[in-house]
Amino acid sequence: MSTPPPPAHDHVGLPYAHDSARLHVTGRARYTDDLPELPGTLHAALGCAEVAHGRLSALDLDTVRQLPGVRAVLTAADLCHGTSCGPIEPDDPILCAGEVSFFGQPLFAVAADSVEIARRAVRLAWAEYETQPAHLDIASARAAADYVLPPVEMQRGDAAAALQQAPHRLQGQLSVGGQEHFYLEGQVSYAVPRDDGGLQLYCSTQHPSEMQQLVAEALGLPAHAVTVECRRIGGGFGGKETQSAQWACLAALLAQRTGRPVKLRLDRDVDIAVTGKRHDFAYDYDAGFDDSGRLHGLELTLAARCGHSADLSGPVNDRALFHVDNAYYLDAVTLHNLRLRTHTVSNTAFRGFGGPQGMFAIESVLDDIARTLQCDPLVVRRANFYGAAPRDTTHYGMTVADNVLPELVDQLERDSHYPERRHAIAAFNAASPVLKRGLALTPVKFGIAFTATHYNQAGALAHVYLDGSVLVSHGGIEMGQGLHIKVQQVVAEELGLPLERVRIGATDTAKVPNTSASAASSSADLNGQAARQAAGAIRTRLAALFAVLYGCHAATVEFKGGQVCSGEHRLDFSELVTLAYRRRLPLWEAGFYRTPKIHYDADTRQGRPFYYFAYGAAVSEVAVDTLSGATRLLAVDILHDVGRSLNPAIDRGQIEGGFVQGMGWLTSEELCWQPDGRLATHAPSTYKIPTAYDVPEHFTVTLFDNANIEEGLHHSKAVGEPPLMLALSVFFAIRDALGYCAAPGQRVPLAAPATPQAVLDALDAIGYRPGA
Amino acid sequence: MKRLTYLGCAALSVAVAGGVLYVHGVAPATLAMALALLLVPCWWCCSSFAGYGARRLPRRCPPLTRRPAAGPAAPQAGKPRLPDYLYRNRAAARQPSGQHSMEQRPIQFYYQGDIVRVQQQPPTRTVLQFLRDERHATGSKEGCAEGDCGACTVAVGELRHGKLVWRNVNACLMLLPALDGKALLTVEDVAALAPHGLHPVQRALVEQHGSQCGFCTPGFVMSLFALASQHPGAGRAEVIDALSGNLCRCTGYRPIIDAGVAACAAPPCLPDPEPIAAALHTMSEAPALDYRAGGARLRSPRTLAELAELYAAVPEARLLAGGTDLGLWVTKQLHELPELIALAHVDELKTIEHDPEWLRIGAAVTLTDAFAALVAEYPELAELARRFASPPIRNAATLAGNVANGSPIGDSMPALIALGARLRLHRLGAERELALEDFYLGYQHNALASGEFVRAVLVPRRRPSNAAPFIRAYKASKRYEQDIATVFLALAITRDDSDVVQDARLALGGMAAVPSRAPQAEAALIGRPWNAVAVEAAMNELQHDFSPLSDLRGRADHRQRLARRLLWRAWLDSQGMTPLQLDELEPIALPAPEETL
Repeated sequence: MSTPPPPAHDHVGLPYAHDSARLHVTGRARYTDDLPELPGTLHAALGCAEVAHGRLSALDLDTVRQLPGVRAVLTAADLCHGTSCGPIEPDDPILCAGEVSFFGQPLFAVAADSVEIARRAVRLAWAEYETQPAHLDIASARAAADYVLPPVEMQRGDAAAALQQAPHRLQGQLSVGGQEHFYLEGQVSYAVPRDDGGLQLYCSTQHPSEMQQLVAEALGLPAHAVTVECRRIGGGFGGKETQSAQWACLAALLAQRTGRPVKLRLDRDVDIAVTGKRHDFAYDYDAGFDDSGRLHGLELTLAARCGHSADLSGPVNDRALFHVDNAYYLDAVTLHNLRLRTHTVSNTAFRGFGGPQGMFAIESVLDDIARTLQCDPLVVRRANFYGAAPRDTTHYGMTVADNVLPELVDQLERDSHYPERRHAIAAFNAASPVLKRGLALTPVKFGIAFTATHYNQAGALAHVYLDGSVLVSHGGIEMGQGLHIKVQQVVAEELGLPLERVRIGATDTAKVPNTSASAASSSADLNGQAARQAAGAIRTRLAALFAVLYGCHAATVEFKGGQVCSGEHRLDFSELVTLAYRRRLPLWEAGFYRTPKIHYDADTRQGRPFYYFAYGAAVSEVAVDTLSGATRLLAVDILHDVGRSLNPAIDRGQIEGGFVQGMGWLTSEELCWQPDGRLATHAPSTYKIPTAYDVPEHFTVTLFDNANIEEGLHHSKAVGEPPLMLALSVFFAIRDALGYCAAPGQRVPLAAPATPQAVLDALDAIGYRPGA
Repeated sequence: MKRLTYLGCAALSVAVAGGVLYVHGVAPATLAMALALLLVPCWWCCSSFAGYGARRLPRRCPPLTRRPAAGPAAPQAGKPRLPDYLYRNRAAARQPSGQHSMEQRPIQFYYQGDIVRVQQQPPTRTVLQFLRDERHATGSKEGCAEGDCGACTVAVGELRHGKLVWRNVNACLMLLPALDGKALLTVEDVAALAPHGLHPVQRALVEQHGSQCGFCTPGFVMSLFALASQHPGAGRAEVIDALSGNLCRCTGYRPIIDAGVAACAAPPCLPDPEPIAAALHTMSEAPALDYRAGGARLRSPRTLAELAELYAAVPEARLLAGGTDLGLWVTKQLHELPELIALAHVDELKTIEHDPEWLRIGAAVTLTDAFAALVAEYPELAELARRFASPPIRNAATLAGNVANGSPIGDSMPALIALGARLRLHRLGAERELALEDFYLGYQHNALASGEFVRAVLVPRRRPSNAAPFIRAYKASKRYEQDIATVFLALAITRDDSDVVQDARLALGGMAAVPSRAPQAEAALIGRPWNAVAVEAAMNELQHDFSPLSDLRGRADHRQRLARRLLWRAWLDSQGMTPLQLDELEPIALPAPEETL
């Protein structure tokens, strides 16, 4: 097992608690709905469509308007400026203008004196529709060839020829379900009109700059008139990257209309019904391989349910295509990607952003190959790992420069006693007809950067006050991932200050403009670098002053422990700051960072879209009850690469949390639509994320000893998304357990999520009768 | 063959979420669609307590969409208006005056050092709304408003046998009058109990990195506070059980579990009981509550006779027991509830009596207490008790409420039916008894007469071991904890000395509109030797006993398959096969885990 090297730093690399931990546990941490409400605040509610597809032929809102306490009713006809809140394509109506494209689509919004009046008021409306046939799933959209974006092909080599010539060939179909974010804090926006005609917006969002831009467009105002502020959000996971925009716009429009503060907070059932989710995918594959299981050729179709609009489906599908290789060299490969339009809510970003769906496909193919060849899937996985040139280049032309996976997987296999457990499990299963154990080791290689190169930039602002305390503002959103403590550590390190001398302010578009979303695992990489640049510039200026004061060389000036020194010369940081102030030197700086080396040609689909890769692997041991279809994770061992960790406690939290969230996606979390297009699983009573019981006592997480070969931020690596895909080991361990019920060479047709029903379906397909 | 008739459920199942209107289209929902909604459900249907005593759920709420009287666009006659209490600034002026009865008084409870008296809040105001909107105590969060996520968890203190006991409940579902005479403690308050502003539970969570986004954290704090106060020294398994009503989406729970174990190992840190007990005592001397505000009224009788008289006089009133179902009527369906009768203070309903023949569980006994008594009698029900909802729900909800609601997915009834439980019904001093399975006439339609209510659930005492039946209760659900069964099978098989089945009681949930016995499967067993052939014959009969529906919890054929396999499990279980249950398994014995991080 590896141990992180002793920290060479005062702050970077230490396991500090989350900067708000004390506020969280005492209930003092304020979220948007907790902000004190201004007098006169109105509360908004939504009226939503009750058909999946059709034309709105009548909408009678008179009774809504007449209800005492209702102050404003907004329909599409009232939108005078921007009418869409789509992030890329203008195809996301803020309010339905006539064509209903999913069940639950907002038709109108009400602002009233209280939440109760608003929510009751919307029920007084009457709407009529000319209904049209709806495509609710991948199969029906595929049959209709209905796309939100044109299909995409990606290829390397001649897959058809490789398939023809391969010693073995296997075809199959797979599917993986979507996922509701289930952030604990639902969507909420609080819009406060300002005296100058502008608007202050408090919004639970991962993307304040985009909220600012879309709200300004909707209001017909320049961006400088709209300020968006967010101190923290109660979870995002991608669900508040674009999906916060509609509520921000509606709260702002109602505030503009009434001249009063307006809060729009979605009830949980509404939230789940009207916000996008992880894309579900269906796949068809045709694989050619040899006796060792090594792929010679692969043809794969990835059909994604995008929902009614484009939203982020383009980049999500792109990332799925980029991650179809996962850890494996695909020599001759052809990918077909269908971006299907369905009459369901528009699917969106979710931790991993298509990457998990890409990896699911290749891991399934390799698992099928292993079962066909009757060998351990780990053997087939290893046979396909990236290796030395020419097996070191991805299908999009990026060199895998630091492929540590063979080493990492060897270490995990050894430390987790995989071979011994494999034998013990086989023996157990031979004697246990009802309960079956399974084991799987799956790797992860995940590309870090926004695939749209221009998003890879960030700004920060550092203010040093005369008492030597430092306030840092940056464009990233604290959503639980520990971004602020990491930035705080980096800045305190840079200025040699005790941690508490540095504070990270609320994220505010008035402080740092034109920021990118807190997404793509990149917010510490980007914002940490920008903050470090700002602090570094101040440090350089103060060091120069110190050198002048004491006649030393600036390069010899050190900042440490709240002091500045060179040789015997020593000053408190605050004293030096005061001296700088008196000499009229600026004590604030902006920092800016752009990720180096990345480029990508969207036409040729070649380039280096990622700055680096993060790696990891997990071994999961599960048990399956073949009578009820229930499954249980018994043990998991994770070895994960975060480079040189900025904060191992925070990073461990991301790894564990990502893993459990991924396990939910692949096991108990199932989205069910009714035939009329209504989402049946719209609350925690019906949509089942993991609970404490689902987490095994044996849950080890080890950080792989591996400095990032790129400089990055103190040679750390991003950690937000990659661990989610470690949970593939749970799914494939369940497949493995079912494999012990199958005949030799038989595949395990298990659909994801592996609900009890899916498990029993697979067992029925295999033909297993437990204990009969 | 049983047919499902779910028509009565539309009002409940069309889950309109607060704040959204799903406006009906001209094309009427087809019957198939309506049926597809049926089992939609919400475990609240199962652990529910409203409707308690009602013949049938009334359509008191307006339909989701109000169809205009004439023509699609015709406006409503007259101006619409909501109940007065919704217009807060005017509420005082609209208080009824000059008609106060002797018992009319404010709701009173202990909170932050004082006895709080609430006068103008409607009786359907939830504790969470009171905290956040009236007291600006925003530490307790609304995550779902249906008692499933736990972000709103608070602790309620009561004197039990003279001792102050804290139990965690969901503030989002608890109606304010349910606090009458009790003490309330929130996440803000526990912070003040220890020096340096961090309770041991809070300190452990900080030290173990148990919060990320922090939104669920206050609820975890309160569930762990309740656990630490009741079970100092609790281990990992107890901590996990205690947290089954709290969802976290960030951490993956590991650090929270560790923090819980660490906090329970610390010395208990509780509020000074004396002033609170004194306040509780003072409040207990107040007259029975008759609370009116904003045109709604809640009465809380103290005796069975008062209750019976009152309910007979106002049979349209809703009975309020734990309120975990009624709370949903308020938070999710925006029902008006002008007349409420609370059972919590009726002494005769609060007891568990152990007769020689029967365990009599009063209608106001919480699930926590009821399950404790049931499991003491029937250890076979331990898993059912643990997996039923969550501690905050079980601390509020009642067994009789769950039973009286009669949802198809209620998870206590199959076990009770298999055990041969009966209901004791009461109406104006007259009482009658009914077998539990005879109580259900259809979907949320029961045998209660107007003004009649369930007084107690009667469960047979365990028979001596030589005559004891083979009893099992199996729950199959999508998630192990805090989920509603896709199919629930409970059975009691009585065999004679030669292993011939004398009596068989098979009861299933999730297979029909109400929890039901399986007469044809039972017939296939009775009089035959208990063996694999007979069990297979009974399994084959199940498809004749039930025609389940497809819904989000499982397809119809999956339900049939599950029912068969759970019966097969019973057979294997009776033969002593192990391992049969997932929680019997440990991971393959590993060398000692290496040190992590």
